Amino acid sequence: MTSTTHDSSSHNRIYLVVFGVLAVLTVITVAAGSLTLPAGLGIVIALIIAGVKGSLVAAYFMHLVSEQKPILWLMVATLILLLTLFGLFILAFYDNGAIGHVA
Amino acid sequence: MTEIPYTVTPREDTGLNNAKLGIWLFLASEVMLFGGLFSAYIFLRLGAAEWPDGSTVLSVPIATFNTLVLIASSVTMVLSWAALVEKDLRKFRRYLGLTILLAVVFLVVKGFEYNEKFSHHLYPSHDTFMAIYFTLTGLHALHIIGGIVVNGYFLGPGSRMWVTEPQRFTNRIEIAGLYWHFVDLVWIFLFPVLYLL
Repeated sequence: MTSTTHDSSSHNRIYLVVFGVLAVLTVITVAAGSLTLPAGLGIVIALIIAGVKGSLVAAYFMHLVSEQKPILWLMVATLILLLTLFGLFILAFYDNGAIGHVA
Repeated sequence: MTEIPYTVTPREDTGLNNAKLGIWLFLASEVMLFGGLFSAYIFLRLGAAEWPDGSTVLSVPIATFNTLVLIASSVTMVLSWAALVEKDLRKFRRYLGLTILLAVVFLVVKGFEYNEKFSHHLYPSHDTFMAIYFTLTGLHALHIIGGIVVNGYFLGPGSRMWVTEPQRFTNRIEIAGLYWHFVDLVWIFLFPVLYLL
C-alpha cells in the first residue's frame, strides 16, 4: 500500500466505523453467549462472529483490502496450513477413539 | 558502505519493501504458533470427560471490557500511522501514547484477573481448562508486553528517524501496527473460546 495515495480523513472515518462495528459485535457475542442454545449452535455462532470481527481487523486495520498479491497468497497459504493442522488434530483424535480419555 | 536496498522503495517483482514482507512472514509463523495451541485446546476439550463452562469460572464482564480496550488500541494504532501519513508528528505521538496506555490498561486488568484466580487457588495445575487458559492468555500477554516495548521505542528514541527519514519511519509504524492488530485479532478468538463456550 502506498501511503501517499490515501485520503486520510475518509480513511480515519472508516477506522472509526469499523471500531463501532467491532464493539457492537463484541456485545452481540456476549449476549449470544448468555442465551440458552444447543452447545453446537452456540459454538458456531460465537466462531462466526469472531471470524467476522477478525476479517474486519485484517481487512481494514491491517489493510489487506488494498494489499499486494504476494501478501494475500501468503495469508491464503497460512490459512490452508492452519486448517490442515486443525484437521490433523481432529482426525488423530477420532482415529484413536480418545473421547473421554484425556484428563 | 553498501546501503541495504528496498528499505523504503518496494521491490519491482513483489511490490513490497523488506519490512513489509518480513512482518507478514513473521505473522504467518505466529498464526501457526497460536494455531498449534488452539489445536491443543480442541484436542483437550474433545477428549475431556468434563469441561467447565468458561463463563462460570472466568469473569465475562472483565474480559468484555478488556476486549473493547484492545479493539480501541487497534484504532489508535492505525490512527497514529495515519497521522504520520498526514505528516503530523504531534498527533502521531498522541495516538501512539494512547495505544500504549490502553495496552497497559489491558495488562493491569489481566493482572487483577489472574490475582483473583490465584486467590481462589486456581492455578494452571488445577485442571486442564485452567492450564490451557493460563497458557493461551499468558502467551498473549507476553505479546502485549512485546508490543508495548516496540511502541514505546517508537514513541521515544525511535522517533528521531522522523527527522532524517520520514517515509522509512512511517513504514516502521505501519509494520509495528500490523503486529499490534494481529495481537488484537488473536484476542478476538481467545475471548469467546475461553470465556463464553
